[in-house]
This record gives sequence, C-alpha cells and structure tokens, in this order.
Amino acid sequence: MESYELTFEPDDRYNAFLAVCKKAPYGKGKLSGIAVAVKDNISTRGIETTCGSKILKGYIPPYDAHVVELLRNSGAAIVGKTNMDEFGMGTTTENSAFGPTLNPCDTGRVPGGSSGGSAAAVASNMVPMALGTDTGGSIRCPAAFCGIVGLKPTYGRVSRFGLIAYSNSLEQIGPMGQTVSDISTLMQVIAGKDRKDSTSYDRPYTHTPVADIKGLKIGIPGEYFGEGVDPKVAGVVKTAIDRLEELGATTVPCSIPSMKFALAAYYVTCTCEASSNLARFDGVRYGPGADPKKSWHEAYKEVRRAGFGTEVRRRIMLGTFALSSGYYGKYYAKAQVARENVKADFARIFSEVDLIAGPTMPSIAFKLGEKSDPLSMYLSDILTVPANLAGIPAISVPCGKAEGMPVGLQIMGRSFDDERVIDAAYAYEQAVN
Amino acid sequence: MAEDQVIVGLEVHCQLDTKSKLFCGCSTDYRDDGPNTHVCPVCLGLPGAMPVLNKRSIEYAMKVAKALNCTVLHESEFSRKNYFYPDLDKAYQITQYDKPLAEGGYLEIESDEGGERRIQLTRIHVEEDPGRLVHMGNAERGKYSLVDYNRAGIPLIEIVSEPDMRSPKEARKFLNKLRATLEYLSVFDSDKEGSLRVDANISIKGNERVEVKNITSYKGVEKALTYEVTRQKNLIRRGVRIERETRHFIESTGITQSSRSKEQEHDYRYFPEPDLRPLHVQSWVAGIVLPELPDARRERFVAQYGCSLNHARTLTGELKLANFFEKIVAADPQGLSTLAATWIADTLIGELNYRSMSLDSVDAAQFTELVDILKQGSITDKSGIEVLRIMLDQHMKNEPAEAPAAIVSRLNLAKTSGDTGIITAAINEAITENPKALEDYFAGKGGALNFLVGHVMKKTRGKADPGELNRMLVEALKKKEA
Ligand SMILES: [Zn+2]
Repeated sequence: MESYELTFEPDDRYNAFLAVCKKAPYGKGKLSGIAVAVKDNISTRGIETTCGSKILKGYIPPYDAHVVELLRNSGAAIVGKTNMDEFGMGTTTENSAFGPTLNPCDTGRVPGGSSGGSAAAVASNMVPMALGTDTGGSIRCPAAFCGIVGLKPTYGRVSRFGLIAYSNSLEQIGPMGQTVSDISTLMQVIAGKDRKDSTSYDRPYTHTPVADIKGLKIGIPGEYFGEGVDPKVAGVVKTAIDRLEELGATTVPCSIPSMKFALAAYYVTCTCEASSNLARFDGVRYGPGADPKKSWHEAYKEVRRAGFGTEVRRRIMLGTFALSSGYYGKYYAKAQVARENVKADFARIFSEVDLIAGPTMPSIAFKLGEKSDPLSMYLSDILTVPANLAGIPAISVPCGKAEGMPVGLQIMGRSFDDERVIDAAYAYEQAVN
Repeated sequence: MAEDQVIVGLEVHCQLDTKSKLFCGCSTDYRDDGPNTHVCPVCLGLPGAMPVLNKRSIEYAMKVAKALNCTVLHESEFSRKNYFYPDLDKAYQITQYDKPLAEGGYLEIESDEGGERRIQLTRIHVEEDPGRLVHMGNAERGKYSLVDYNRAGIPLIEIVSEPDMRSPKEARKFLNKLRATLEYLSVFDSDKEGSLRVDANISIKGNERVEVKNITSYKGVEKALTYEVTRQKNLIRRGVRIERETRHFIESTGITQSSRSKEQEHDYRYFPEPDLRPLHVQSWVAGIVLPELPDARRERFVAQYGCSLNHARTLTGELKLANFFEKIVAADPQGLSTLAATWIADTLIGELNYRSMSLDSVDAAQFTELVDILKQGSITDKSGIEVLRIMLDQHMKNEPAEAPAAIVSRLNLAKTSGDTGIITAAINEAITENPKALEDYFAGKGGALNFLVGHVMKKTRGKADPGELNRMLVEALKKKEA
C-alpha cells in the first residue's frame, strides 16, 4: 500500500486534542488523505491512549482498535487523539485529567461530553470528522452542544474491539462530523462484523443518504418535552419537527413510561460494569508503574488512588457496592429488568411508528463549572440514555439555536435501522441549509 | 452412616488440551518456552481487548458432560468473577456462575467395600486459567515475584461433585477414574505439569465442613484428606468445635494450614460477561460420538482377553496402560493375554513406580519379546523380573537397549531343565552344607524343605525351574532316607 503523509498542525485553542500526529501517514481509499480525529479511549497502535486519565499516562497500545484499522485501510489520516471525560464518565469533558475542552461556539461553556474533544475538533474545523463513543449520550450530547452531527449506531453494528471499555453492554463507537453525509461515509467504513468482537453483527452499512421522509410516521414522546427540559430548547426542537412534517412525515404523540427508571437503570449498569472494567489498572503491566518495594495490595491502592479522578472513583465505588453480595438482586438484576422494560416500550412504539424524535439534550451547553454537583449532571443524560439501554440507533443533528447556542434534534430508529435514521437527519439538514 | 462418617466432595479443575487458549488464538503449548511468550492483547488483558470464545473448548467440555451423564443446559453464560491478584491480568476471571454449561451427572468408582458406587455430580463449567507467579529473592536480599501470563487464558473445566465420597481413598479413586475418563476422551493430558488442581470439601458427619485448597496431585488428594480426617477427629475427640474455614494443602509437608486472613474472604461480585453472548449448545449433544470409556473397556478386557476383574480394572484405569496391553497382546491374544496382564499389572507398574519412570519409556516390542520368552517357559519368573529390571535400568541410565533374549543369553538365564547335572550338584551341596536342615526334614519339620529349596535356588541362580527342582530335591532326600 502506498503511503503518504499529511501535515497536521492545528491551532488547538480549545484543548480538543490530547495527542497530535504532526505527520500523519495515510493511504489510498475512500477516505484517502482525510484528517480523522479519534477519541482517546480508542486504541491506536503507536499513539499514546489515555482515556483522559492519569492512570494510563504513557500507555502506547501495541495494537489498533478494529475501527482504527478500518480507517487506516480506507486511507484516512489519523491526526490525533481527542480529549474526553476520564474513561467517558461525564457529560462535559471537564472530568479529563488533562484539563477541560472548551466549546468553540462559546469558550465560556463546555462542549458536552464525554466525546467533547472530538466534537470541538469538528466544530472548529480542525478536522472534518472524528470518532466518538456513546455510552449514555457521549456522542450525541457534545454534537448537540457544539452544533455538529453525531450518531450512536445500533449496538453491535460497529466493532468495539480496541475500545477501552467503560460499560460494555451500553457503549458504541460512532461517527461525528460536520454533515450527515460525513456521518454516512464514516459508517460505510466502520460498520460490520468483526470476529474479534463477539457482540458485533454482520450488518455492514452500504447506504448513501436519501433526503426523503415522505410517508414516514414519527413518534413524539411526551417525556422528551416534559419537566426538566428547557422550554427554549423544546421550542427550537418543535419547530424542527414541524419542518419534518412539511417534508412529508406525519407525527404522532407517544409515551415511554419506563423512562422513569431509565436513569437509575443506566447508572447502575454502567457503574457495575465500570467497577469491573477498570479493576485491571493496577500499574503492573502498563501506565505509571506500581512501587515494587511495596506489597502488591499496598502498591495497587497507591497506583489507583493517585491515578483515578474523583468521578471515576465515585463510579467504581458505586458499582462495587451495587454488585456486592446481598445487593446484586436489589440493584444490578433490577436494572436489567428496567432495561427490558425500556426495550419493550420502544418495541411497542416502533410497531406503530418508523422513527422517534425529540431534543438531544434538555438544555444548551452548560457554563464551565456549572454542573458541579454530580446528580444534576447525571440528570442531563435523561434524553440520551434510553437509546443506549435499548441498543437502538440515535442521531443528533443541529436544528437551530437557543440563547445563541446550538440545539440538537435527536432522531431514534429501530435496531439496525441506522440508514433510516440517517436519511431523516439528512432530509432535515438538506431542507434547512 | 457411622457416627464419625467422613464426607468428601471435590471440585476438580482440569486444563482442556486444546491447541489455543479459551478466548484468544495464543498457543497452549507454553511449557518449554520462556515467560510471557504465549501472550496477546486478549490474554494479557490489555485495555480494549475482547474475548472470543474458542468453540473447540466448548466441544471438549461437552464431551466430558456427555461422558459423565450430565445435562447440558439450554442456555449457559459466562460471568466475571472479580478479585485482585497480580496473576489475574483483567482483575476478573471469566468463568461460569449461575448458568453453567451442564448440571447433574455421575461417575462410577469401585467402592471401598467392592463393587461399583455412583458419585453424583453437581455441575460442570468452563473457565479461564489465570497467569502464574514466580517467587524470587529471599529474606536477606528482598523477596519479589515475577508474573508469567503464558498460562493465562488456558481453558479449564471445573467438575464439581456432590459430597458423596466416604473416605480419602474413595476421593482418590474418583480422581483416578475422572482422569482416565478425560484421557479416554482425548481432552486432557495428565502428564502436563499443573494440568490438574483440586479443592476438596471434607467434614465428619454432623460437623462443619472445611475446604482444602491448592491440591495439585493425585496422591496429594488422599494425603491432604487423610491428614484432615485425623485432624478433625482429634479435635472432635477433644471436644473442640470444627470451624467452617478454608485451609491450604502444603504438598511438601503433607499438612493443611488455615488461611485465616480476612483477605481470603472474597466477595467476587459475579455478573454476566457483557462481551460474550449466552451459549445455546444443547443441540450439539446428540452429535457427540463418545469413544469407548474405561468401564466399557474394562468389561471388554474381561470378555475378550479373559483378564481377571482386578487386572482389567488396573489395565483400563489409565489410557496408556490399556493401549500398551492391547499392543503387547495384538499378535497373539490367545497365548499372551493372561501372562501380559499379570506381568503388566503386577510387575511392570511396580517397577516403573519404583524408578519414577513413565510407561512411555518401555519399548512395546521388547516387552512383547520378554512376555513371549516367559510364555515359552525358557526362563523362570524370577529371571523374567531380572531381565525386566535390566531393561528399565538401561533405559534410565541411557545405556544402549539390549533385547530380552540377549540379556537372557548374556547372563545365562535359560532354565537348566535338561541339564539336571547342575541341579543335582547343587542339591548335593545344599544337603552336605546343611545337616541340621536334613535332620529337621526327617524329623518332619515343614519349613526344612523350603529352606533347602531356597539354598538350591541360590546356587542355581534362579535358573532352575521351581517345579523340577522340588521334584529332584524330594527324590534326593528320599534316597538319603533310604
Ligand atoms: Zn492470547
């Protein structure tokens, strides 16, 4: 394969990048020479990969994540690794051990998270497209806050091999870009079966977006416009939904009663899985080393205490507690029941409608430091976590502004209906631009 | 059940003899290679790596399940067992918890009272082996440990029995039978170091049970349990209550030691492994073709070769031994079976154990030749043993192997039948040298004849046929009396 080199020297005033490849190699193919930024929890051979955590400082993976291999094979230039909330645990990218990323639309505000670095890199035109990961909204939230497009694909559509796991059963790698076409192009490259990820499906994406939603039925869940949703944001999104009707879709009101338990189910599941996933960071094999003069459990404690940030420690402890003997049935098992209920609600709604639409986030981007209390930050995930619990595809596409800040329209579809979700977003984007 | 009845249950972990590890493509053939040479991102637990189930290991485990009469569950799944230890790279072991591969089943063993006894099984599940710590340094220069992940991810099968065994000896028989069964299924190689690990639950009826961990050999099981029986019975006799606890077996001293520290009391926080899909393999069971298993082979040895039940049990108790026997008698089953069974079961095994040699070091063709010579009656049993010992010693000392016939002729071991002159001379010498024995014989003391036989044997260096020698000696004595 012929190899070329892309010079990449961005003016990274938003702290979007944790690592930059000034001379990024690339080859021939669909993405030949296109600069693609990769979230720092996706393994890149030879490029430091930290998940925004001190505990992985200096860790250089000896292998590429499957999606990175696919990007390289299609000619893309991997130009750098983007900032994120430590291990994906956050909604603002303020939880990075390497400083927050700023929102290019207003540097006094957060870019959203946890894929805030990827969103800022795209929104500020440093790169045309990037990879993010979405566990409970981590692609869609920063896409909405920064005014770009972001897709959480159907669970299993994109290989997670090489994604440093936070919550395996919820998260997906997905595309972020300036246009829906970019999202579609990235999906063509990254979707499909990978035998290294046993949860991936043989459902490649070969679609080219079509701006046609005539005759589609779109469900509008009351919960997405209820309490806790900023009326100004709701107003912008309602206008966008009117636009979808003008384009030939019909809308019907619907309801997701299980949303009452969605956040609890989400936080129990992700903290449980995280407590197990993050246990391997002990300083024995990679990252800052454990003190060999200490007994192993003393050395472990020291490495983990120094290496993990506050929010990560909080979630590890929550998950450890929820899984412990005597509490499993009360928390983890119950969360899985709630999750089944969310799936059932979506299945019921999707037996009558083709898509579901609503706001991506209940508000515009927060001011830096505004969400200092963890609980209020968790609450802001309410509109994005249902798609992760159900495993369905969900896209956020810019649909106007409130208080001068971007607002995202979220469109969700049936499992493996990523194409239709992309088409609807494309139709909207083409109509308004 | 007697008042102080011993109750034993076993948890047996065996490495499945697959080519690659349970969740990655790394080779399992690591024993002759340097540390950390059979590793990849998956079995090193590198961030982002994901397990991919080795289908072959499930097939192997299902063979075992079928052979042990277990029920393969409609749905089984892998779970994470979370705990910190430096040999555990992910800080969790992927194992099976509440949905194991198979449940129930049984294994028949020869009971202490004779006859067969069924030991019921609880479950069978599949899991990954952790890595291995190598302890270095010493008290003066500082102790430290190195970790080798070559073993990490080797497929293990865990077979859990009900508390159905009634003595340490039965536990050993269970283990031997289990080993034989796994070997017959070609899913396990007991010769590989560390391929078997056993945890045992043992109690005296009406008392708390104690778990003994860290037993790594077949003999160790009987040793550890015998020690525990004595220890627990002594405590009960002294009126001390038995605590429910975990103890470790120290192989070198043969004792068990309480692992009293709180750190050992883990809460493993099991939950389903989200990176693997549930298994639905029940439908495979019908397609599994089992080979002949130890019980069937034992019965066939009795029927086909006329082996005694005991010989048949011994010979079929190990796959290699059974194969060896059939190889030896292949050319002449009619003529050789009884002799071969006797010589292998009663003599060869003992001589090999004495030398800590494995059956692999015995050349089947040469052994056949020896049995053939014995069949022709041209040497005595005593000479036969001498020849066998020479053959084994030569192998052990790496000396060139001599054929049995060559050894017989070099040492002039051929029976002296036909050459009665040597026997006659020996008899005369023995009588002359032992006038007291002669007197005793005439006085009717029973032991005297045997005493004289022994002397003649010694003088003929065991070459004389015992029957012939006896006849000639009695005749000579009659002449003396007359
Ligand atoms: Zn491996």
